[in-house]
Amino acid sequence: MISEQLVDLSRLQFAVTALYHFLFVPLTIGMTWILVIMESVYLLTGKTIYKDMTRFWGKLFGINFALGVTTGITMEFQFGTNWAYYSHYVGDIFGAPLAIEGLMAFFLESTFIGLFFFGWDRLSRKQHLLVTLLMAIGTNLSALWILIANGWMQNPVGAEFSYVTMRMEMVDFWAVVFNPDAQAKFVHTVSAGYVTGAMFVLAISSWYLLRGRDVEFAKKSFSIASAFGFASICSVIVLGDESGYTVGEAQQTKLAAMEAMWETEPAPAGFNLIAIPNEKAMKNDFAIEIPWVMGLLGTRSLDKQIPGIKEIKEKNRERIVNGMLAVVALDALRRNPDDAAMKTQLAAHQADLGFGLLLRKYVTDLAQVSPEIIQKAVDDTVPRVAPMFWSFRLMVGFGFLMLALFGTALWSSVKGNFVEQPWLQRWALWMLPIPWLSCELGWFVAEYGRQPWTIYGVLPTHLSVSTLSVSSLYGSLAGFVGFYTVLLIVEMYLMQKFAKQGPGSLGTGRYANETAHA
Amino acid sequence: MLDYPTLKIIWWLLVGVLLVGFAIMDGHDMGVGTLLPFVGRNDVERRVVINTVGPHWDGNQVWFITGGGAIFAAWPLVYATAFSGFYWAMLIVLWALFFRPVGFDYRSKIANPAWRSTWDWGLFVGGAVPPLIFGVAFGNLFQGVPFQFDDHLVSTYTGSFWGLLNPFALLCGVVSTAMITFHGAIYLTHRTEGETQRRTLRATLIFGSLLLVTFSLAGFWLWQGIAGYAISSLIDPAALPNPLGKTVLRQNGAWLANYGKYPATIALPVIAYLGTLAAMLLATKGRTLAAFVASSLAIVGVIGTAGVSLFPFVMPSSTDLRSSLTVWDSVSSQLTLNIMLWATLIFMPLIIIYTGWAYKVMAGKVTAAYIRENEHGAY
Repeated sequence: MISEQLVDLSRLQFAVTALYHFLFVPLTIGMTWILVIMESVYLLTGKTIYKDMTRFWGKLFGINFALGVTTGITMEFQFGTNWAYYSHYVGDIFGAPLAIEGLMAFFLESTFIGLFFFGWDRLSRKQHLLVTLLMAIGTNLSALWILIANGWMQNPVGAEFSYVTMRMEMVDFWAVVFNPDAQAKFVHTVSAGYVTGAMFVLAISSWYLLRGRDVEFAKKSFSIASAFGFASICSVIVLGDESGYTVGEAQQTKLAAMEAMWETEPAPAGFNLIAIPNEKAMKNDFAIEIPWVMGLLGTRSLDKQIPGIKEIKEKNRERIVNGMLAVVALDALRRNPDDAAMKTQLAAHQADLGFGLLLRKYVTDLAQVSPEIIQKAVDDTVPRVAPMFWSFRLMVGFGFLMLALFGTALWSSVKGNFVEQPWLQRWALWMLPIPWLSCELGWFVAEYGRQPWTIYGVLPTHLSVSTLSVSSLYGSLAGFVGFYTVLLIVEMYLMQKFAKQGPGSLGTGRYANETAHA
Repeated sequence: MLDYPTLKIIWWLLVGVLLVGFAIMDGHDMGVGTLLPFVGRNDVERRVVINTVGPHWDGNQVWFITGGGAIFAAWPLVYATAFSGFYWAMLIVLWALFFRPVGFDYRSKIANPAWRSTWDWGLFVGGAVPPLIFGVAFGNLFQGVPFQFDDHLVSTYTGSFWGLLNPFALLCGVVSTAMITFHGAIYLTHRTEGETQRRTLRATLIFGSLLLVTFSLAGFWLWQGIAGYAISSLIDPAALPNPLGKTVLRQNGAWLANYGKYPATIALPVIAYLGTLAAMLLATKGRTLAAFVASSLAIVGVIGTAGVSLFPFVMPSSTDLRSSLTVWDSVSSQLTLNIMLWATLIFMPLIIIYTGWAYKVMAGKVTAAYIRENEHGAY
């Protein structure tokens, strides 16, 4: 039996390293397009200030990018080091988008980022803009393939289990690529990155404006950021709603948990604006409900029902009971692959194999399964409600807050009066951490909401880990936390140093703070 | 779609190509990192050294990441078993690699000498440690790795980290580090001038000789001192992969059997020797670009020799022989191998073209004058 402690520590390590990685990714994704916009304006107008903008914001982008690369390698390693059984069980499908990400996207991004920084004097203006553009395309394609891989974890299409090879195997590559979950996730996630980039430029430009420094530079940056940010936040909200709508069982379970919907209500269901979920009694102790809204958003209809947690659990109970038969047949076939009766039994219940495997958290030998154990496994199939409910609401709330800010910023930018509005600049400055918080909350909802699965309905998290010792996990976790803390301190130090110094750090002689440079 | 046995062989070759690509591309900037504190004696010299790879290290590092991804996609069992079995070794590689992106990008952003010196040594660690550990890992593959599978193909590794550091494996670690540092030194002779170039030339001769000696020693040891592995049951290359469906035995000299069976493969160790010698000679004569081609060929020879010696094994098991992973039974499905082949055939040529263009744009010697003129832009 795999120890719970090993599973918990492996999950914790993955969560820590993935959430940390995602502190740097969204800014990279967003900044690449902002750099493309600034440099395009430079090419069109020939005004040097736009080149300086590209170079200065590019410098900050580079400081962030270094840690994005550093922590990204961890992600590539970690499936193998800590999730070995997962890697074996689904590598046939999951490995492909990761490898294609490298071939198609990451090479492109990483090769051209070098020329972006060092090619200014060696490339014509048009060539350099092309380099920046290819870097941005590479970055975004990279996100596409990673989210195809992640989308497959949420909605495992285009694959079948084989008892001979004891793993999932790809049967339809294009189904994996055009997985609706993956596509919805991709647009939602990259748009969130664009918002992050826009907020970064908006907030720091506002800080220069508040100090009355490098005003022309800050004004132009502010305008670009407000327009780009407004378009992006609209896209995040609309497409985020789309990813909630995407049909699929994983999404249904998540939806029920994040809406604290215990019962299946008559369509169209109401939306719990605020609730105090009670996990034990499977009800909300208190709720403020807006009628109809949930049904409309979740099903785009007035008559389709959204299943509540209780109904989902009852369905899952059936699947666990069926799945037991599949697991028993699989065990027999692994000992004797020619057992015809067992082949038939596995074929009949294969769709529920993953649900049967949930029981392996509690017993190795399925003959020992008792009703209590089945009940435990059934309860496991829905993630805890309160963390889902509140993280989701916080994320959405932040989204609307940013919509308000970018809307106001764009309005004043069109009217051309934001320089005289310190309250707006201060508001933008204080909002700086919000996109990062929203991104992290979003990932929490997506990944915690998929529990107890690594691959929804196929492979339980509990079985996915490497058979390592608990002490190894403590050691590696301590190592990651140590390294990442030091790296974050160093990165934040440099970031604030160069952000404070401003475009003067380019050493062009055109800006404030020229002498402060290194 | 190509037939399964052909795809299995092609993927063995492609993993080899990716490993060689990694060693040639990421290898030369790792070698540069290893040499940095020794061939750069003051800040400007060190910045010259760093800026020879400044625009390229990031793209080069993707060879490593793509190599990992391709092994995940094409050989999932190898990826799972090796990465989890060599847990601490992989983490040390990973943590050593942490120093590279931040070392390159952050080092020259602050003028404080202690800050810069810290990152210089960080780049040294990021350059020297990964090749050392990869060599040690290869050394352990030849001796077999203590792991086994249960009925459901859950792998359990029963060795320790310290057990990996045995004499033969450490020798392989030296071969690998010498090869990468040698290659980096040749690259530096091509891209630097003056005193720095003279020092890198000396490093070329030292590490080239070290490579020749340790490569020969390792070969002799492999022939005389290490029992190889051989599949003793009938092999059906078209079968669905199942590592537990075969029997394996250990035999003295089995690691050299392929050279008897396929005499053409003897060319690989020969290329390793000739490439190294030619690279040393050409570098001394000032023909540094040709020397770089020669040392790249030497890398093809050394890695090719290791691969052919092991074939068809990828990761033999010392504790449960039949659990050994081979090119026949640790691969992905036929469909996945086929898709990944297409992806590689489409994108690899593009990668080579635009990487080549990037090097062409940045070609020429990096000089002290360049560093002074680009005080703020250069690394």
